[in-house]
Amino acid sequence: MTKTPNTANTISRRAALTGIAAGAASLPLWARYTNAQTAEPLKLGFQVHRTGIGSAYGRWYGRTTEAAVKIINDGGGINGRMVEVVAEDDGTDPRRGAEVLEKFANQHGCDLAFGTLFSHVVIGSAPRAGELKLPYFVVSEGHHVASGALNRYTLQPGITDVKSQVKAMAPYVAENLGKKVTMIFPDFAFGHDHRDFFTAAIEEQGGEVLEQIAIPPAETSFTKYFPKIPRETEVVYHVMVGPAVLTFVKELGEFFGPSRPAMFGFIDSLEAVDIGSPGLEFLEGTYFWEGMCRDAQPDQSEHEKTYRAAVGVDDHGASISDPTDVSTYAHMFGCWETLHVIKEGMETSGYSGPADRAKLIEAVEAMGAMPESLAHPQGDKIFNGKTHQVFGHQNISRVEGGKLVRVHRTSIEDTLYPDEVDYTTQSF
Amino acid sequence: MDLGPYLLLASLEGAVMASVLALTAVGLSLVFGVMRVVNIAHGEFYMLGAVIAWYVAHWMGGHPALGFAVALVVAPLLVGLLAAAADMTILKRVEYDPERTIVATIGLLYIIQQLTLMGYGPEARPVEPPFNTRLAIPWLEFKDGALAMYWPWGLSTTSYKLAVIGAAAAVLAGVWLMMTRTRIGLVMRATQADREMALAFGIPVERVYAIVFGIGAGLAALAAVLIVPIQQAHYLMGAEPLLLAFIVVIIGGLGSLPGTVVAAILIGLSDGIISVFFSPTLAKILATLLVGLVLVFRPQGLFGTRSA
Repeated sequence: MTKTPNTANTISRRAALTGIAAGAASLPLWARYTNAQTAEPLKLGFQVHRTGIGSAYGRWYGRTTEAAVKIINDGGGINGRMVEVVAEDDGTDPRRGAEVLEKFANQHGCDLAFGTLFSHVVIGSAPRAGELKLPYFVVSEGHHVASGALNRYTLQPGITDVKSQVKAMAPYVAENLGKKVTMIFPDFAFGHDHRDFFTAAIEEQGGEVLEQIAIPPAETSFTKYFPKIPRETEVVYHVMVGPAVLTFVKELGEFFGPSRPAMFGFIDSLEAVDIGSPGLEFLEGTYFWEGMCRDAQPDQSEHEKTYRAAVGVDDHGASISDPTDVSTYAHMFGCWETLHVIKEGMETSGYSGPADRAKLIEAVEAMGAMPESLAHPQGDKIFNGKTHQVFGHQNISRVEGGKLVRVHRTSIEDTLYPDEVDYTTQSF
Repeated sequence: MDLGPYLLLASLEGAVMASVLALTAVGLSLVFGVMRVVNIAHGEFYMLGAVIAWYVAHWMGGHPALGFAVALVVAPLLVGLLAAAADMTILKRVEYDPERTIVATIGLLYIIQQLTLMGYGPEARPVEPPFNTRLAIPWLEFKDGALAMYWPWGLSTTSYKLAVIGAAAAVLAGVWLMMTRTRIGLVMRATQADREMALAFGIPVERVYAIVFGIGAGLAALAAVLIVPIQQAHYLMGAEPLLLAFIVVIIGGLGSLPGTVVAAILIGLSDGIISVFFSPTLAKILATLLVGLVLVFRPQGLFGTRSA
């Protein structure tokens, strides 16, 4: 283990004796991990957006992770070993993200990394994960995993990607809201996924996108962009992220006043924001995509009830201890499900340490169907081992009386698209 | 949208930005002019103003106007006191040496930002505006040879945004009156003109410095209180106003109040209009280009006077 310096002839007799004495004194400590690594905890590196523009998500990803790890450890851990989460803030910054992965691999000795949401951080970090040969389980929604742009060490088994989400939304939008759409999205990878895939999907439905309005991610004032919305727009499709989302939606309402077109938004535009905030009254009757429904629906499953209670979220999607602290409910289940996928993968592969990382990835690649359970409270899913991407049900909710009421739930088949990559052909 | 209404909307948005920018930049310009000190932490005083406004509004409860009115007084006062204390404990100790002051205020920037992150958290939190009515704006067009009035889609502003423009104008007028008509203004101008001579005439220059630094920070905080019902209080919100305020101060001229206001209107409006018709990046490029041109051809700024 320790490197012996080959300078033995320069070491004095006293120094050698001191060294031997120190070694002997620490003998009892050596016995701690003698039975392989069974007693040593598994270290999972949690790359978290604690600060920067993703911090609201980071806070709730953190709480969900904590709750999932508690449930896993209470149930005996993974392969008899406790799970320890090593959280490192990436500042929602791609360069810092890559550094965090290095810290996990080289400094903390983590078994794997997980938990990244913002797509630019994923894209910035994933190549480093591949070089470090560190399994990297992202919870990001971006299409970059399934597009083949990343590598065999990067997987997304806990949350669906934008391409499958918008593909499933387009038929509903075209049938119920209108066919002439104007899109407003953030000007980076995640927003570009929306732009490209929704434009294609709505055209398949016989609709068209009249105008694509890209907004820089750090923008704080939005009214100046809205005049670009063409007069004949029937549906405004909006998706926004970052600390200014509330301003964005409020100014959208102020812009249209009493004569707004139909609206379809991704709940990202309002994650961690109370839908009852002043200025958001105009959202009544508008539609939202939700990965998981923030307001408890009448047919909420027992698993979801347990999940809600474990994370500490009330029936309106806010923290139990502080009703003004609204969760990122439509996304954060991804951390819970990812950790359960990691647990299952480690158990089937008999994972015992970093030497088994390839076996873990192969085990996850082979997973396929994931039935609805406490491990998958959002619903059943299908994992595509070739593209490293999971597919699942999507929800469309309508704002009714200040609550998000689900009006449609897609099938998994609605969300499927042809494979664009086969990661299993890449070597480890 | 037609060009006319579009331009009007862009100008209205630009005017709101210009007013907030003018307040922030006047504070920076005052500090820059009187003390010859570059305050990198200026944006953080702005951010603190917004965060304090949120706390005040949150604790007061009741009608939003009540919390807002209290914040309008409390936030600039607290931030001003904090800045004055920072001046006496830090800047005075480094003897207002230009290089060391820059380093010291960079340190101050990170201390304030990270303490806010630790205490207030990373969330963006809203403050409710005291009043906020949507005002649709009519537009004229020729229809069948006669001038007809109509309401274009989306051409609107809110009563609060107009109030921000008005309030900023009032505060700027107040600052101008203070500088030109009061004793403290006279003392500040004397210190700005010649520090040694002012000292020789018995002006307590150190106290003047603390007051100026406090007023500068207080103005930034006031600008933030005005903007926070439109945007939200967030611990990183200080970066953009700092950069823009520097651009405005350089273009307008060191320590020149009218220059700062003119430059703020120029930058605010052009940012509003250019980012509407072209792209926000181009607006920033042009602003930076303007700074470069001003530095090359008129280093003292548009309204600045050449001084040692």
